Amino acid sequence: MESKKIDLDKVTQDVLKMIDSYGFKQEGAYNLRLNGMAVCHGDSRHINIVKKEDKPGIDIHISGEAKNEQVHIPVVMSQEGVDIVYNDFYIEDGADVTIIAGCGIHGEGCSETRHDGIHAFHVGRGCNVKYVENHYAEGKGTGQKVLNPVTKIYVGEDSVFTLETTQIRGVDSTERENYIELADNAKLFVTEKLMTDEGQTAVSNMDVELNGENSSARIVSRSVGKGTSKQVFHPKAIGNNRCHAHVQCDSIIMDQAEISSIPEIDARHVDAQIIHEAAIGRINDEQLVKLQTFGLSEEEAESVIIESFLK
Amino acid sequence: MLKVEHLSYDVVEEGRQSEILSDVSFTVNDGEMLVITGPNGGGKSTLAKLLMGINKATGGKIILNGQDITDYTIDERARAGLGFAFQQPPRFKGMTVRRLLSLAAGKPLDEKTCCSLLSSVGLCAMEYIDREADATLSGGEMKRIEIATVLAKRHDLCVFDEPEAGIDLWSFSMLIKRFEQIHKEKKESLILISHQERIIQMADRIMVISDGKVQSIGDAEDIMPDLFGTELDSCECRRQKGGELYGV
Repeated sequence: MESKKIDLDKVTQDVLKMIDSYGFKQEGAYNLRLNGMAVCHGDSRHINIVKKEDKPGIDIHISGEAKNEQVHIPVVMSQEGVDIVYNDFYIEDGADVTIIAGCGIHGEGCSETRHDGIHAFHVGRGCNVKYVENHYAEGKGTGQKVLNPVTKIYVGEDSVFTLETTQIRGVDSTERENYIELADNAKLFVTEKLMTDEGQTAVSNMDVELNGENSSARIVSRSVGKGTSKQVFHPKAIGNNRCHAHVQCDSIIMDQAEISSIPEIDARHVDAQIIHEAAIGRINDEQLVKLQTFGLSEEEAESVIIESFLK
Repeated sequence: MLKVEHLSYDVVEEGRQSEILSDVSFTVNDGEMLVITGPNGGGKSTLAKLLMGINKATGGKIILNGQDITDYTIDERARAGLGFAFQQPPRFKGMTVRRLLSLAAGKPLDEKTCCSLLSSVGLCAMEYIDREADATLSGGEMKRIEIATVLAKRHDLCVFDEPEAGIDLWSFSMLIKRFEQIHKEKKESLILISHQERIIQMADRIMVISDGKVQSIGDAEDIMPDLFGTELDSCECRRQKGGELYGV
């Protein structure tokens, strides 16, 4: 694809600030998808972005020579409608890269605004990949703001994959599907942070197949449910070889929210060691009192506790 | 100066009113160290919580620097100049020790200040500032961090509820030095609830609470003989009235 820069309107810039915590710039390797169209794009020496011919989306080719590099591929939707995009990442042996994705919706209309981002990661040997995905929605429109990501990750031998997903505000409905396979000595670190409010709903399903010898996974999910929102978590770790996995789901429940946490562990090898922990509870009164002894009001204390919990 | 007048605390349990504290009166002068001691279950920690507003007194008055704070909320009392260290501090998932200390100080603290605070309670500071104040820390570590949160800000009066509990001997010695330093500077008044002989020996005045009542209060040299008898190296102290024993 030919490199292309554009001037971004204020709404887009503001949404980008919310979803790209590393700071989006039209420099290096990047691709901004705005209302279903790739509007600006750039390659770097080691990262090449190619538009798909058969369906919407891009192929991102990351060379093994990429060291400590970033690629930004945010999506912004400021118009109603449904956008489905397929992004495939091909990461060569030895690459060290941070991929910053995420989707932000600015909804002012009364119809649904929905983005389904379907991502597949093909990670070679000896790579170090960090994938950061922030989801956010804003706007006074009554139309549903919906994000349904599907993420498939195939982690090669001796590689490390870090997945950080955050959805803090504004998304009315989300259904997340993650599927991850780990080869020999591959390591996976997952941190999922979610806050829902009012009548929002969130479902997160994650299957981790530990296929390789000495593969490992650490999955940490932290969520806060407020209002009448509903959350369902279903992380599943499947040990098919000598491996180690730890699944931890912690939730703070408030108001009339409902949270269902269903960690599942499935050992299919005698040397598979898999642990899960799950806890749901309200904010501890002692924590509130402690912060109040610092001079914080109860509301300020609650806000600090939630912010820290999701940080 | 803190003035406590006829403080009482009742609770209703299974339809019956029960008196936890009754008619407690005392003062703490500016720069003074008052140690409150007495047998377990006597009402010391309840008194501490009443002072900080964690529990609400059912009778009496609390006056700090001439200001009636009896009806103040916890945060209002903190802003009025009270500091409080819990006997069993809560843990905070996701919050770093540095963030906790900054919240306690009411301003962002730099690394050097955090390290200095943590070192003063016997923690190897650099190992702790970026750690979460959660279940990965031991009870003793959390307790020392709790004390550091109170030391992070200057107060008019600090209440420490059994600061020695769960702390190893080496850290305890450092803690004693810190209390001695605060006491020497006379900038903050201290109320220490303790069974520990070395802490009791630092006091200007001692108050003994038992069965929800003040059994005795006075200058340390007057109360100490009643507490320890003539042998100060005892690991127990004998309550004179009734001759009961309680551990230290």
